[in-house]
Amino acid sequence: MNRAPFVPLLIDVPYLITAVLFIFAIKRLASPTTARSGNALGALGMLIAVIATLLHQEILGFQAILAGLVVGSAIGVVAARTVKMTAMPQMVAVLNGLGGGASALVAADEYLRIAAGAATATADVVLTIIIGVLVGAVTFSGSVIAFGKLQEVITGRAVTYPLQKTVNALLFAGIVAAGGWLVVAAEPSPSLFLAFSFASLLLGVLLVVPIGGADMPVVIAFLNSATGIAAAATGFVLRNHALIIVGALVGASGLILTQIMCRAMNRSLVNVLFGAFGAAVGANGAAAGREEGRTVREVTAEDAAILLGYARSVIIVPGYGLAVAQAQHQVRDLANALEARGVEVRFAIHPVAGRMPGHMNVLLAEANVPYDQLVEMERINADFERTDVALVIGANDVVNPAARSDPSSPLYGMPILDVDRAKHVIVLKRGMNPGFAGVENELFFQENTRMLFGDAKSSLTALVQEAKAMAGG
Amino acid sequence: MEGLLMAIYIFVLAVFVGFELITKIPQILHTPLMSGTNAISGITLIGAIVVAGRLEGPLSTTFGVVAIVLATVNAVGGFLVTDRMLRMFQRRPEGES
Repeated sequence: MNRAPFVPLLIDVPYLITAVLFIFAIKRLASPTTARSGNALGALGMLIAVIATLLHQEILGFQAILAGLVVGSAIGVVAARTVKMTAMPQMVAVLNGLGGGASALVAADEYLRIAAGAATATADVVLTIIIGVLVGAVTFSGSVIAFGKLQEVITGRAVTYPLQKTVNALLFAGIVAAGGWLVVAAEPSPSLFLAFSFASLLLGVLLVVPIGGADMPVVIAFLNSATGIAAAATGFVLRNHALIIVGALVGASGLILTQIMCRAMNRSLVNVLFGAFGAAVGANGAAAGREEGRTVREVTAEDAAILLGYARSVIIVPGYGLAVAQAQHQVRDLANALEARGVEVRFAIHPVAGRMPGHMNVLLAEANVPYDQLVEMERINADFERTDVALVIGANDVVNPAARSDPSSPLYGMPILDVDRAKHVIVLKRGMNPGFAGVENELFFQENTRMLFGDAKSSLTALVQEAKAMAGG
Repeated sequence: MEGLLMAIYIFVLAVFVGFELITKIPQILHTPLMSGTNAISGITLIGAIVVAGRLEGPLSTTFGVVAIVLATVNAVGGFLVTDRMLRMFQRRPEGES
């Protein structure tokens, strides 16, 4: 590249500004009060990078670029405005996939240039191309499958078939072999490259298909990390430091979130990705057979409302079931009705509540629950002992005391909310199905536990009515 | 090769910055964090612009334009949806302010 010495400077300085803005953007995300301005800084950084690139002297055709930008922006605006907050995991999955796909295409084009003789093929360039295409393609097709599972277009169950791991291992070995050949080969081979690309796409599908729906939060976080790696790989291909820095930041971010989710679910990443967890457990379904000899104590909405209405302090524990029933507005109504009676109401949020990291916070924020009422697990656990009523809504494994006390339980060691230590526990639940881990929950049989069966939304509506009816008392 | 080494340096250092930054983000903001970093990873857009802009034949330009569309949806959609979420977190509880 024969550029005048100051030209690279003119191009690289804006990229450096972009990288700095992105770092500040993430830094400001540390508090709800500054987060929005942080996000705006990020968008500004992106704008600067795009303009700097457009002013690049090697850019010749503007029409196609502008058309692409306009179409992409239009789709982006509509999608961002119309998506429901409950569908956030799907949205993030799709956006992940698009980023991965774009990175793969950019890397693939670089290989085609080499094949056409327009660029020189040193081994390190081809290696970065190969990595970019592999990670980008896996992210793209994996995200499509994750979206399908979350949207329930395809079954949320873990799909398993005989020799699954062998097939995947063989495919992966083939990809590594083909990639290695492409790197060391003297002559570029477009046909082998094409096969390599399609095999990478197939690998993404086969990797995500066997993962159950409830594990999707981990998968999304992991794919989020992968888009970062793909972008960084593209940066290596084009020797663009902005891409490398940003890709590394996003890669690290996704990895940390993946770790947090795994720890909160008491599973290793390997176990999530390859364990085909939840193959046998149905997504929902009617009440399974109750264990003989032991009964749970049912409660009517009226009695539950009295228990709640005369409590001094209530901690609400929302779970996956609340997100599925989309009952976040009803739970806010209940909190308001109780607060009107002078009850102290707080929400205890387990790290894996909802369908992606932090999802429950977003759903409750959408329903106007002030964020200072949302309390993280570590900060609220000690308070349960001093709480009159813990109200568990559609959560199961994350409140199972066996995680503390029963070393033989698959949940043992998982961090849980200590609701069983509250004076009274009310559990809103559809039926007596075991949770995702397929484990019986001792909490439901406890002396101080009352069960209110039914759909979370209608149970909550009934509770709100009862609570308001006794407002005079 | 020197360029590659430099690039690796930058990558490794940026990973450390990323770890430092992200570990300070509270759990309550993890979803906006994901969609926000996701939008940021749309930076691959600048790579797509380079590909589409160098006019090296119809196939290359097609790759570039498709990549631009994908990356722009990723960036624009990501920033806007993150803003939508963060607006909800900014809302003060009634009675205050």
